[in-house]
Amino acid sequence: MKYVDEYRNGDLASQLSAKIHHLANAERSYRFMEFCGGHTHAIFRYGIPDLLPSNVRMIHGPGCPVCVLPMSRLNQAIELAQNKQVILCSYGDMMRVPGSRKMTLLKARAEGADVRMVYSCSDALQIAKDNPKKEVVFFAIGFETTTPPTALIIKQAAAQQVGNFSVFCNHLLTPSAITSILESADIRAMGALMLDGFIGPAHVSTVIGSQPYEYFAREYHRPVVIAGFEPLDLLQAIAMLIQQVNDGRAEVENEFARAVTREGNRKAKKHVADVFELRKEFEWRGLGLVPYSALRINKSYKAFDAENRFNLTTTRTTENRACECPAIIRGVKTPRDCSLFAIGCTPENPIGSCMVSSEGACAAYYSYGRHYEQNND
Amino acid sequence: MCLAIPVRVNEVINVDEAIVEADGIRKLVSISLLDDVKVGDYVILHVGFALNKIDQQEAEKTLALFAEMAEQK
Ligand code: SF4
Repeated sequence: MKYVDEYRNGDLASQLSAKIHHLANAERSYRFMEFCGGHTHAIFRYGIPDLLPSNVRMIHGPGCPVCVLPMSRLNQAIELAQNKQVILCSYGDMMRVPGSRKMTLLKARAEGADVRMVYSCSDALQIAKDNPKKEVVFFAIGFETTTPPTALIIKQAAAQQVGNFSVFCNHLLTPSAITSILESADIRAMGALMLDGFIGPAHVSTVIGSQPYEYFAREYHRPVVIAGFEPLDLLQAIAMLIQQVNDGRAEVENEFARAVTREGNRKAKKHVADVFELRKEFEWRGLGLVPYSALRINKSYKAFDAENRFNLTTTRTTENRACECPAIIRGVKTPRDCSLFAIGCTPENPIGSCMVSSEGACAAYYSYGRHYEQNND
Repeated sequence: MCLAIPVRVNEVINVDEAIVEADGIRKLVSISLLDDVKVGDYVILHVGFALNKIDQQEAEKTLALFAEMAEQK
């Protein structure tokens, strides 16, 4: 596939790896966080850790919208699905994620709820048009990549007066979560030395651009390199981060210039601004309440807000105390520090957020990295 | 979840819709988030929407940079 295969060349990968070995100063260590779950998955899939010297370590951040959605919100989606009047449309990623009492959307469907898996939110709007007697709710999740499509579809529903359509909005903002990690007590307690730089998300940045990261680079003096999802992209970005650290620079650099500009996609951002507004705070599974880190539908489109249309119960959920996800996604611990890893907690039966989707740190360790780590001890 | 793929635009139907192709699979997608999409453009496709165009010149520059990076040791 064009724009994919060229970025997977094995020879170039080993040359870049040699370059990284050469650049990395043996006197110090480098700890870089990839925020995005897509990067976490790619890092394990292509065995990137094997190509890095032992003093260059990747820390796997919280960046998977499926993983960080709090159970209480998922419970509300399941509650919506169980309403006999409702057809709930969801991206496939959410179907198997367990809410309270191990209930999932898939189980709810087996028990008679009308849950439809959709590839795109426009499919959900179509289902609403095809089923005028039903209430059709789109369970919207995701970072800045899925938000513009949701905004467009809400505008279309308004323009076409599809009165039986609404959106249960759980859209999240990446930059606020990175700030929250940098400001977290764990990281502060460790003298803010835990992270030497960030790999910025690829596809999120195609929408928001590279400009929002300039704040971290300045404020926290941490370099950010935006990288594509292919192995050469990642290796190149790691080399660029090492160079910045060696030079004492903290800048935003863009390795993924083939799709990311400083400004991002202006048209997409405009649609988002037209339809959504900031929530004061939102709970992220594993991070807790993060200020101004999520969006809700604004006044003009209130009629399409499922939270406005339905009376949803707020459940109090508690996470298993042994789960180390909060420390893992801040880079303070690794999945192997968790006593439940691979014993009580597996991808089939996830206990914490990092095991929920293949993009979570624990799931990636489980599928690819576990043996690698053990052999290297 | 945020993974998206580069696809080639094969046919522009109107300002909102295009047919794209990747690995021999053709698909009708929304191009409402982009301006001036032309046949032959590559776009990043996510949940049925083209999020951005791929800049061919920048793509080539990056590839050249890999080679350069790898050479200078
Ligand atoms: S292995 Fe499971 S319980 Fe342990 S930290 Fe990871 S997700 Fe949490």
